Amino acid sequence: MYEDIVDLDAGIEELFCDPDPDNARAFFKNKNRGLVNKVTSVEQAVGVHINDGDYIAVGGFGHVRIPTAILMEIVRQKKRNLGMAGHTSIYDSDLLATAGCMDRCDISYVIGYEIRGLSASARRAFQSKDIRKTDWSNGALAWRFAAAAAGLSFIPSRHMLGTDTFKRSAARSITCPFTGKKFAALPALYPDVAIIHVHEADSYGNSLIKDGIMVSDPQLARAAKRVIITCERLISHDEVRANPQATTIPYWCVDAVVEVPYGSHPGNMPGEYWFDEDYFKMYLDTVKTEEGTERFYQEYIYNVKNFEDYIEKIGGVRRMIELRGIEKLIFTNKG
Amino acid sequence: MCADYNPLELLVCVGSRVIEDNSTVFVGTGVPMAATMLAQKLHSPNVITIFEAGAVAPQMPGLPISVGDSRTSYKALIASTMNDVMEACQRGMVDYTFLGGAQIDMYGNLNSTMIGEDYQQPKARLPGSGGANDLASLCWRTIVITPMDNRRFVERVDFITTPGYLNGKGAREKAGLPANTGPYKVITNLCILGYDDETCRMRIESLHPGVSVEQVQDNCGFELLKAKSLEITPPPTQEELRILREEVDPDGYIIGR
Repeated sequence: MYEDIVDLDAGIEELFCDPDPDNARAFFKNKNRGLVNKVTSVEQAVGVHINDGDYIAVGGFGHVRIPTAILMEIVRQKKRNLGMAGHTSIYDSDLLATAGCMDRCDISYVIGYEIRGLSASARRAFQSKDIRKTDWSNGALAWRFAAAAAGLSFIPSRHMLGTDTFKRSAARSITCPFTGKKFAALPALYPDVAIIHVHEADSYGNSLIKDGIMVSDPQLARAAKRVIITCERLISHDEVRANPQATTIPYWCVDAVVEVPYGSHPGNMPGEYWFDEDYFKMYLDTVKTEEGTERFYQEYIYNVKNFEDYIEKIGGVRRMIELRGIEKLIFTNKG
Repeated sequence: MCADYNPLELLVCVGSRVIEDNSTVFVGTGVPMAATMLAQKLHSPNVITIFEAGAVAPQMPGLPISVGDSRTSYKALIASTMNDVMEACQRGMVDYTFLGGAQIDMYGNLNSTMIGEDYQQPKARLPGSGGANDLASLCWRTIVITPMDNRRFVERVDFITTPGYLNGKGAREKAGLPANTGPYKVITNLCILGYDDETCRMRIESLHPGVSVEQVQDNCGFELLKAKSLEITPPPTQEELRILREEVDPDGYIIGR
């Protein structure tokens, strides 16, 4: 049983991003090193930094600390043929896949909403041939970002081997030159654009994740060619200099900074506000049918001018204060 | 006295008992989160729980909805990166991983990726590995917790997302996975399963109250081995059920009440 899988030496699916470190160096050689003001708008950040065909990666954990404003703007501006790292992705990849923005995806987790179940719209999108797929594990994509952040072309690792996850990846295997042991070899992943929501950033892009988990955001920010940061609050440059240990992402990785209060809604923002469970339930119920899906995207994205209008639509600051109450353990999940 | 409980409550209570105090346990999403939280409140206050988004050893104030949400890092020892905690597994620091349900075969291989034959256009696409492949490859012992039926316990999984013993003894090592790792227990609503040392095939070790071997076999798509002496699982206690319902999952996310 499974003979065709357990002894494979290389995955057979498509490698979407060039892992060559010298091509990456040629790009980074010309990246701006200046301490310049990068504060812009959501519309400008997406319009200027995200092109049709780009490969993007999203920070946070799919429904925790996600850059919702940028994701919705990508849908609104009708970006097409995007590649995506479906790394710990939930609402983020659902939006882009369902809206038809994506044509290829490195998958480690998509469609699922953890204990809430699955998204029917994401499932329809990912079951279609319209999205070319290559599978990995969460650890694999985390380490692929780390390899790119280190300026390498691959990283050895000891998982995936012997499984269909390896077969349907673009990983290979390698013999360790020191021990003779067999390892997986994961190609470095240099995304064109990373989009990351943080608690605080200064106008140059120095960014602080001040509460909760970091997932692979420190690695991702360093691996990506361009980085868009959205933050709950802009802070002064002096605050960064006063406590440099707290900087999660240094300015030189960053190309655009946008202040977006409540920017992770309906996701959890650690220390700030809890998940909007009513919204997730509404979303997952609505997208069960194609007609409902169309209605949701018209109502919540295409017919909404910007993120401020969206926040009004979901109940405004009053709703966000309720979600802050749950986050601060004042109320239960049921509000 | 026999308490009234539903199958999911039984699953969570029995699952919580395998969590040892002071062990390092990497917890997957869903039922494992509830079982771990129950264990921490009842008998393993010093269990070191690890979550894939980077949180280590929280004192969870309420049931997390996600293995990355703010409750997983509440009063934790460190809120770190996925890279950091996965590397801890790879270096041999993590005793157990505790994973939720999916399609499973007699060697404990798990499928959470797809149903069907055509990879690019599957009959049903599922989420994928998440962290499961990493954890079951790199932690010392893998515990799976899942309801038991013929659709989940199958002769051959459509896709090996996450490695069990692959196709038998020695296959993990031959493939290149770290030595002396692999499946340990499967906790279901009917019984506790383990693995035969020689064949690495799944076997019945303990039957839950009122459950027969025939009933377990009827709910399994492959032939199960039996341990030499079968035990009877003690039913959930009033104390376990009270803490589970009142403190762990008052909103009924997992236990459905």
